[in-house]
Amino acid sequence: MSAKYGYYPGCSLERNAIAYHQSAVAVAPVLDIEFVELDDWNCCGATEYIAIDVLPAYALVARNLAIASRQKLSGGNQNQVVAPCSACFLNLSKVDKYMSDAPRLAANVNTALAAGGLSYKPGSVRVRHLLDIVVNDVGYDAIAAKVQKPLYGLRIAPYYGCLIVRPGFQGAFDDPEYPMSLDRLMGTLGTTVVDFPVKAHCCGGHMTQISEQVALELIRQLLQNAAEYEADAIVTLCPMCQLNLDGYQEAVNRHYGTKYHIPILYFTQLMGLAFGLPAATLGFGKEFVDAAAALNKIGVQPPPKPKKERAGKEALPMPEMAAGGLSHES
Amino acid sequence: MSPERIGVYVCHCGSNIAATVDVEEVALWASEELGDRGVVVARDYQFMCSSLGQELIEADIKEQGLTRVVVAACSPHLHERTFRTACKRAGLNPFLCELVSIREQVSWVHTDRAAATEKAMAVVSGGVERVTLHQPLEPLHVPIHPATLIVGGGIAGIQAALEIADSGYPVYLVEREPSIGGHMAQFDKTFPTLDCSACILTPKMVDVGGHPNVTLLTWSEVERVDGYVGSFTVTVRKKARYVDESVCTGCGICTEKCPVRVLDNTYEAGLGYRKAVYRPFAQAVPKYPVIDRENCTYFQRGKCKACQLFCPTHPKAIDFEQKDEILQFQVGNIILATGYDLFDCRRIPQYGYARLANVFTSLEFERLCNAAGPTGGKIVLRDGVTEPATVGIIHCVGSRDHNYNPYCSNICCMQSLKFGHLVKERTGAEVFNFYIDIRTAFKDYDEFYQRVLEDGVHFVRGRVAEVTDAARLPGEEGKLIIQVEDTLLGKQRRIPVDMVVLSAALQPRQDSTEVAYTFGIACSANGWFIEKHPKLDPVATMTEGIFIAGACQGPKDIPASVAQGAAAAARVLGRIHQKELALEPVRASIIAERCSGCRICNNLCPFNAISYDTARMITEINPALCQGCGTCVAACPSGAITGTQFSNEQVLAQLYGLLLLNVSSGPVQQPQPALVPA
Amino acid sequence: MVAQRSAAGPAPGAFMDEVIAATPGGASHLELCVQCGTCGGSCPSGPDMEHTPRHLFAMIRAGMKEEVLRSNTPWYCVSCYYCMVRCPQEIHITDIMYTLKRMAIKEGLYRESSAADAPDFSETFIDFVNNYGRSFELGLATRYHLRHHPLTAVRKAGMGLGMVRKGRMDLTPKRINGIEQLQAILAKARELGAEDGAISQGGRQ
Repeated sequence: MSAKYGYYPGCSLERNAIAYHQSAVAVAPVLDIEFVELDDWNCCGATEYIAIDVLPAYALVARNLAIASRQKLSGGNQNQVVAPCSACFLNLSKVDKYMSDAPRLAANVNTALAAGGLSYKPGSVRVRHLLDIVVNDVGYDAIAAKVQKPLYGLRIAPYYGCLIVRPGFQGAFDDPEYPMSLDRLMGTLGTTVVDFPVKAHCCGGHMTQISEQVALELIRQLLQNAAEYEADAIVTLCPMCQLNLDGYQEAVNRHYGTKYHIPILYFTQLMGLAFGLPAATLGFGKEFVDAAAALNKIGVQPPPKPKKERAGKEALPMPEMAAGGLSHES
Repeated sequence: MSPERIGVYVCHCGSNIAATVDVEEVALWASEELGDRGVVVARDYQFMCSSLGQELIEADIKEQGLTRVVVAACSPHLHERTFRTACKRAGLNPFLCELVSIREQVSWVHTDRAAATEKAMAVVSGGVERVTLHQPLEPLHVPIHPATLIVGGGIAGIQAALEIADSGYPVYLVEREPSIGGHMAQFDKTFPTLDCSACILTPKMVDVGGHPNVTLLTWSEVERVDGYVGSFTVTVRKKARYVDESVCTGCGICTEKCPVRVLDNTYEAGLGYRKAVYRPFAQAVPKYPVIDRENCTYFQRGKCKACQLFCPTHPKAIDFEQKDEILQFQVGNIILATGYDLFDCRRIPQYGYARLANVFTSLEFERLCNAAGPTGGKIVLRDGVTEPATVGIIHCVGSRDHNYNPYCSNICCMQSLKFGHLVKERTGAEVFNFYIDIRTAFKDYDEFYQRVLEDGVHFVRGRVAEVTDAARLPGEEGKLIIQVEDTLLGKQRRIPVDMVVLSAALQPRQDSTEVAYTFGIACSANGWFIEKHPKLDPVATMTEGIFIAGACQGPKDIPASVAQGAAAAARVLGRIHQKELALEPVRASIIAERCSGCRICNNLCPFNAISYDTARMITEINPALCQGCGTCVAACPSGAITGTQFSNEQVLAQLYGLLLLNVSSGPVQQPQPALVPA
Repeated sequence: MVAQRSAAGPAPGAFMDEVIAATPGGASHLELCVQCGTCGGSCPSGPDMEHTPRHLFAMIRAGMKEEVLRSNTPWYCVSCYYCMVRCPQEIHITDIMYTLKRMAIKEGLYRESSAADAPDFSETFIDFVNNYGRSFELGLATRYHLRHHPLTAVRKAGMGLGMVRKGRMDLTPKRINGIEQLQAILAKARELGAEDGAISQGGRQ
């Protein structure tokens, strides 16, 4: 029997990030998981609602939590809701956490919910990001077993952005500073993963709307670093990150006189390709920066293992990374 | 009517008590209302603890024939001994005196004067009821064995060992590494005077190693401690060295011939290598090498024996058949000087340690500076050859941070200043120190800061946000970029450097809680051993006969560790000179007929004073180990354990006095028989 | 016998207390700031802020309410939470930035900051949420940009057209079925918020 999860797509996945939605839905059956969309969910408020008014912002999110807890989605004591969008993931888990920590807030939110015939008991829904489900519930081994066309030859910069690992309102599933789960996942698919030092940096968020100058610089930094590592593509797991890096790449090039051409893809799209699903079902072609050239690099043979640069005779030993680390191609 | 003649003394404590409690009223009330409970005299006085105050009590004991005394003043922690001694001087058994607190428990925690006065009366009444049931007690005398166990051969343990051994008493110094010396042996220079660390340490190591009064047990660990202050029985595992110390000359040929190179994570802090048969460093004490079984080809694969083959002694000093030895000996006192561990900098990924090659820990940097270290004292990058042109030193790594360790690690400021000076002196590189606060509070420390400022070291006030190799601006390529807010400018800065040194926090030994359990002492939540009193008794612990010194009690530099080692030794010597120790007779004891042998109390005792007699199937309490804490008394389901000075009868009588004789709650009631157990 | 206090004036920590009280979700720890600068060093938009977060906290402590609420700093916060996970004193910095935004709007001071348009972006966004239950990118982009950036609106429109062409933008907003239920909930929440001191939701109580 497949594992069932409540599914909260969020506004972006309806349209702007339709490629993310399509590819997530396409790979789910391969991974033996089933998404049950929350009934008549509403917007999470992104980073905007809370800037205007507290209690309505919390009540807005809590309506979704209330629906999820009522819908009895995944069985057991706690309903699990998967949110593919990092901002939605953050808002849902934050409201649950702060309602648990501040009883007065919880009481007020519930009074508001009661006006719509709803209620929410803090702690009754566990909100999870799609990546967490994929790497921790399904697991790398199970994924490896499903790979039919390894993505050999594709150099990937794994990009996590901020909110899925920070601050971890319901407990972080990966390191907030130097996460590795997407790196390992991409390695499992056969891609060459670069050790992307800015992998958890900010994409600029809503600054594109408030001060484009500030946003373009943040986007430029990410593109510059990916280009230095000769990445064929940046892989994301958040609609906002995808939009900023993809939609504003041309603006960055214009502003800084650069010539970056780095397609920005969702991790689910690459999973679908590796699983041998038809590209048409995975939302390819929606990206502004065309991914065709990058995808053409995918070869049938694994690339030769890069020779480890031999340290000089005088070189001092390098401390080992903590257990679970992945050795990157350098 | 009570058969006792009780005196009540109410202290003003200047205005500490008198400002909130009407002390005259309390004394007057006691003399009038508690007469039928045995009170024959009640007085108030400005400072009961003064000589004149004490004389007042003594005079009453003699002149009025008092048989019990209640003093209402501060906490028993402070002056219980004072008033007991006063009673003793006047010929009254000191345990017939009860000190009740009307300061910490009344005047300091209340503001309503009428209510506070009433509560003080209740507290006095409780004391009167209780003291009536007190028994005269005599202190326990235990002989003190003249030998001392010192655990840990770092500078604190070495200092303590020398102080005691030089005074003519035997010392067992146990060290788990193959050599004594501790962290100090790894350092190059010591602040603030820049003495060569080895030059000032090794003479002390040699003294300890050759001292006729010191039994040096390296490559050894304490497994068990039984007994109590004055006569502990210590069990030590002396791990097999696979080297016969009676034959070995320490020539080092075995090490030379050993084909296995092992990364040395202890002495070289992971920055250098040693062999599988090795002496950690040239000046090691003792001089004998040790075979690291895990990495030895012979032990792992049954072949090699190169060390034995080339050993020039007759018979061969290398002995693959050697076994661990279990030693047992008696000591009267124990000093723990087990030191610290360095914070694992990988826990702060944004500083890049173990990911970015040229990020070093403070201990790695010490080895880099050390002439006997892997680079012969050359400050170079991880490639082993390139001298850095810019070095960033980050303070407070893992310290003063609620995500890791909330405390200040004490030594890092001075250590970082020292690093800055050494870099300047040896490479002329530009140096940046990134700090939150510069803490140079001890003698000649701030002068050293001045000197480093004069060296031209740069200081940026701000806790570093991240260290990255992701270049963003021209000039950053190929560098490590330190991103920080310069808080004095209020601006974010990115400073490209070649090398980063992380001044890592000092942490309790990772096995500190197990060690504390073995010795029956307490650890703080952080894991540091807890001293008896943070100001007035810094090297004793709550367990009689166990002392602590150096960084195991909290982060400490060399001067402070040496001072504590000497202080602990002085405390031990004082004990040894007394030849016997008078222990306070507040103890738990078991009424054998009532003990069901359920053993519930066995594991609760924090002082390991309880044992189980399997033959009689009952539990026993060792009165010398028992500290009278009362945990077992409360836990015993059969009521078989009673505490002298804390018997059920005494405690219930005090409660009865507190609750039932409250002045304003109506007429004084007679004791309810139900409350007082038969 | 309380010693006499010196003459009245605003209590020195009054503004800080106000900020703490208005920050939801338990203890914000603002009072624990040791001015180490971890937040200012970590902030992606730190170089463009008029005051680093740390500097702003010093100003809050000094009671410089107007200067704080006029600063562009909260509006330049990208909600990346780096400061919050790195802060050695566990201060809820991101949440405090949201609090300052709300206060600035309430006091009307943001209009003098260099991020004067930012609140309108947020307000336009939430208008759609209030009316439809979903956000609506096309409406947001056109309304907000035509009002505030008419000069660059044409270029933005180019991107918008691209979005439409790629099938990444709806031409009409979607409305949830339970919009009336949602509006009832939001109305009740606004009412409770107003009763409960407008913005105070469970800081230090």
